[in-house]
Amino acid sequence: MTNDQGHLMIKTALHAGRIMIENGSEVARVEDTIQRIALNAGYPDSKVYVTITGIMMSISGEENAQIEPVKSRSIDLEKITQVNDLSRHFAAHKISLKQFDDRLTHLDQHPRYFPLWLQLISAGLVSGTLEVVFRGNYPDFLVSCLIGLIGWGVFYGMSQLARVRFLSEFLAATVIGILAILAVRFHLGTNADDIIIGSVMPLVPGVPLTNAVRDILAGDLVSGIARGMEALMSAVAIGSGIAMILQAM
Amino acid sequence: MRNLIMDLILTYIGTITFGVLLNVPRRGLNIGGWIGALSFLFYRLCMMANMGIAFANLIGALIIGILSMQAARYKKMPVINFNIPALVPFVPGGQAYQMVKNFALGNVSEAISFLLQVMIISGSIAFGFLLAEMVNRVQARLMLSVSSRWRHEHRHNPRL
Repeated sequence: MTNDQGHLMIKTALHAGRIMIENGSEVARVEDTIQRIALNAGYPDSKVYVTITGIMMSISGEENAQIEPVKSRSIDLEKITQVNDLSRHFAAHKISLKQFDDRLTHLDQHPRYFPLWLQLISAGLVSGTLEVVFRGNYPDFLVSCLIGLIGWGVFYGMSQLARVRFLSEFLAATVIGILAILAVRFHLGTNADDIIIGSVMPLVPGVPLTNAVRDILAGDLVSGIARGMEALMSAVAIGSGIAMILQAM
Repeated sequence: MRNLIMDLILTYIGTITFGVLLNVPRRGLNIGGWIGALSFLFYRLCMMANMGIAFANLIGALIIGILSMQAARYKKMPVINFNIPALVPFVPGGQAYQMVKNFALGNVSEAISFLLQVMIISGSIAFGFLLAEMVNRVQARLMLSVSSRWRHEHRHNPRL
């Protein structure tokens, strides 16, 4: 590589872009961030092509373009925010390009999640509150909380155990369906439909759905449709889990 | 009335807790909850005034879009931290469930009518966001031409 500074810039920008896409950012934001990093590093005419499965970038007038594949996708809005903050610091010349890259590596290797117990309680509260908001069924509030909590636990455990996409949603939905129907049979709840509607809410693919719409509206048709398929697959996984149980029991 | 207030409190809690599941940074959780509750209030008011489910969802999404952008500028955080949790109370979960249930039990015609409802709701949410995007762009353009402080602050800021 003839130009070390340019090389480091592309490496940092691609790294930032990959972290953002992996954690559920929309494509237009990634493109914008990468171009701003290039601009602030002194390369005003960079060329970027971003999709949700890979990023390509080159500097005009230089020979080498680089490719960064994006292999895994999950949801972690904290990381997107931190990359955004780092990019702001870099724009304000508070950190150098080298520091920027080091901090990105650190960020990538040390994810900061909420503790599991807090996630479980949150999943329970999402289920219970939304069950009441949607259906107005106060007596089933606690049962929905409990079943939603268990459903999220299954989802979380399966995603940690086997990294098979959509399987964790399917199994979690199945467990929710079984528990809801059993709860009504044993008179712990009054209406299985309401309990299921509430308990499934934490699994709803909110980020891919919203991003699919935003990408398509912003003109990133390839990524938008790919993301829409992702959301649709999650929804189908949840729906078929529930449908299977409803037919069986 | 008591039901409405209760629903707003529950929406606030639901929005914040969904934010926790998405790992929204702590400093953005509270304001996201307020956006969720406020937009849900307007949605409910539209429903009470019998304006129809499509218009109510459009208004809700529009308010989410506008307020999230203001919150993003104020907190200097990406806008998805606010609008995705706030959108959760608008997800047509009940209709989607009824659709799946009726398909599973073989009532295809009822399932299709619920499918249409799901499509109407999600379509109006998408257009609400589109309108909000337009409002935000017009606002940015106005502020750029009016305020020199704004121009200075957003000189080389990453996209919100």
